[in-house]
Amino acid sequence: MAKTSKSKALVPVTPAKSGLSKKVSDAAEWFDYRLPLISAAKHTAYEYPTPRNLNYWWNFGSLALICLIVQIVTGITLAMHYTAHTHLAFDSVEHIMRDVNYGWLIRYSHAVGASMFFIVVFIHMFRGLYYGSYKSPREVLWWLGVVILILMMATAFMGYVLPWGQMSFWGATVITNLFSAFPLIGESIVTWLWGGFSVDNPTLNRFFALHYLLPFVIVGVVALHVVALHQHGSNNPLGIDAKGPQDNIPFHPYYTVKDFLGFSVFFIVFAFFVFFAPNYLGHPDNYIEANPMVTPAHIVPEWYFLPFYAILRAVPDKLLGVLAMFGSLLILFVLPWLDFSKVRAATFRPLFKIAFWVFAVNCLILGYAGGQSADWGVIIAFVAERAVDAEGNALPGTAWLLTIPAGGLAAWLPDISVARITAFYYFFHFLVLLPLISRREVPLPLPVSIAESVTAKETSSHSHA
Amino acid sequence: MATTKTPAPAPEVPSHEEGETRRDFIVLTASGLAAVGAASIAWPLVDQMNPAADVLALSSTEVDLGPIAEGQSITVLWRGKPVFVRHRTAQEIEEANAVEMSALRDPQADKDRVKEGKAQWLVMLGVCTHLGCVPLGNRAGEFDGWFCPCHGSHYDTSGRIRKGPAPTNLVVPEYAFLSDTRIKIG
Repeated sequence: MAKTSKSKALVPVTPAKSGLSKKVSDAAEWFDYRLPLISAAKHTAYEYPTPRNLNYWWNFGSLALICLIVQIVTGITLAMHYTAHTHLAFDSVEHIMRDVNYGWLIRYSHAVGASMFFIVVFIHMFRGLYYGSYKSPREVLWWLGVVILILMMATAFMGYVLPWGQMSFWGATVITNLFSAFPLIGESIVTWLWGGFSVDNPTLNRFFALHYLLPFVIVGVVALHVVALHQHGSNNPLGIDAKGPQDNIPFHPYYTVKDFLGFSVFFIVFAFFVFFAPNYLGHPDNYIEANPMVTPAHIVPEWYFLPFYAILRAVPDKLLGVLAMFGSLLILFVLPWLDFSKVRAATFRPLFKIAFWVFAVNCLILGYAGGQSADWGVIIAFVAERAVDAEGNALPGTAWLLTIPAGGLAAWLPDISVARITAFYYFFHFLVLLPLISRREVPLPLPVSIAESVTAKETSSHSHA
Repeated sequence: MATTKTPAPAPEVPSHEEGETRRDFIVLTASGLAAVGAASIAWPLVDQMNPAADVLALSSTEVDLGPIAEGQSITVLWRGKPVFVRHRTAQEIEEANAVEMSALRDPQADKDRVKEGKAQWLVMLGVCTHLGCVPLGNRAGEFDGWFCPCHGSHYDTSGRIRKGPAPTNLVVPEYAFLSDTRIKIG
């Protein structure tokens, strides 16, 4: 597309109108004069100028919208067959799976769809982190995105409770109990959330009501997110502002086509999970009906909560753990001021680029740690296991490890685990590294304009050919 | 509204800096009353989520202690929560009494967690005080009491927190001995 001759007009030419199409366009004009829907759509699609250099990482915004639509459509159809009662919920889900026409397809799409939604949104957010999309003048756009993430987490959590399996019940118990950490009012809040003295029928009922409501709240915030986006337009891989029409192309047809290609690839992945591994991302214990007398030996949340769960568990104090977990999300709101470098894209920020990738890997490790048992990855145990052979003799080169005196260093070593190091680093990245890098880093020279950068690339690729 | 748009301010209208007007009073009282009205409508909408009368009514359970042999424990359901009823051995009671108060995160003597003269009966909520999982019993964990598998809290033979993230001891609910072999919880 980029290699078409530049003399060609970039805006599609409206063809001359014949009889019927004239009537249609007249009717459309009549309507639009009274309710400007068509001109609003035109504004967002045809006339909305978009940087011409967006790469495939920019597909994930529209992918997230598609995910939301899939969740709402499959969710409403599931609600037609689901019963929100502790005696009936588990069986009604099995009824959906076995009896309802295509019930298995709709439910698996909804369950896999939740995972797909989160992976898309996480990539979307990491794209924003890499290219500095949260910086002026897009701070409010970023805030709205964080609000959407928090709403999504609440929605997904309550949705996971609805099948009333063991993980549903104990997940609900653990997460609602987080609020009991707050002094004085904590217990009352938890009783209020439950509508009783444990997770029970009133809890299930209200979770269903809220799980149905919140997606529409998300739709509202998404609308604001799009308005905020259109206020200053998309950021782009160079992170510099578009300076004129030569830097932009209309959203339609150029990016609609690019988005459609993205949808196709995305739905291949989606369909793979729905048809070949529908339960891979879930937990088998949730096919056991909820039992308030027995906690499963190993409670884990859904994978998309694991990094946050790891942060919760990494702190030995209950209240501080809860605050750290909520803080790990809330810190995103102040990110635009923690990273105050004027250069947006990591491409031109050598130190930030390294910090970004370390942070990304750190998040993955946190996620892995969150999926392991509470005592996983304790460094001293790991070292101790490897420092001696089967007979208990020190292996060569590790003798010094056994000479660490008791007390002192060895006293706090047992408390150091991979989860704790990575949880600490999560906050260290935001609170220390980013401000420090913003102050010290010398960015690379920025290109003069998007158009110049794009054409320079084209010329060089032509000369190679 | 319209008066604010007139280009030259009318001299007879006192400005806000000069003191309160009748209009300020009306605006303040009206918005104050509206706020009270909004709050009084909001409260029922918030309070409906608290436990309903039927949930509150299910607040006591009777347990027959007869069949529980020494060293055994049973779990009963009270208000939707598991309650551990353990018939402790003399050794367990001794272990519980031997603990120094300074070693406890939530200091409480063993005798304060049981009824007088009934030290063999330990009755407590089977709900970890960390995040509400059901701890594993039968002399589990590092202190021969209970161990919570979710986040690794260890409780001793008196159900007191000894290690792990839980902040307090397992809760002893209100209960009373109806006879030597029968208790009423709640």
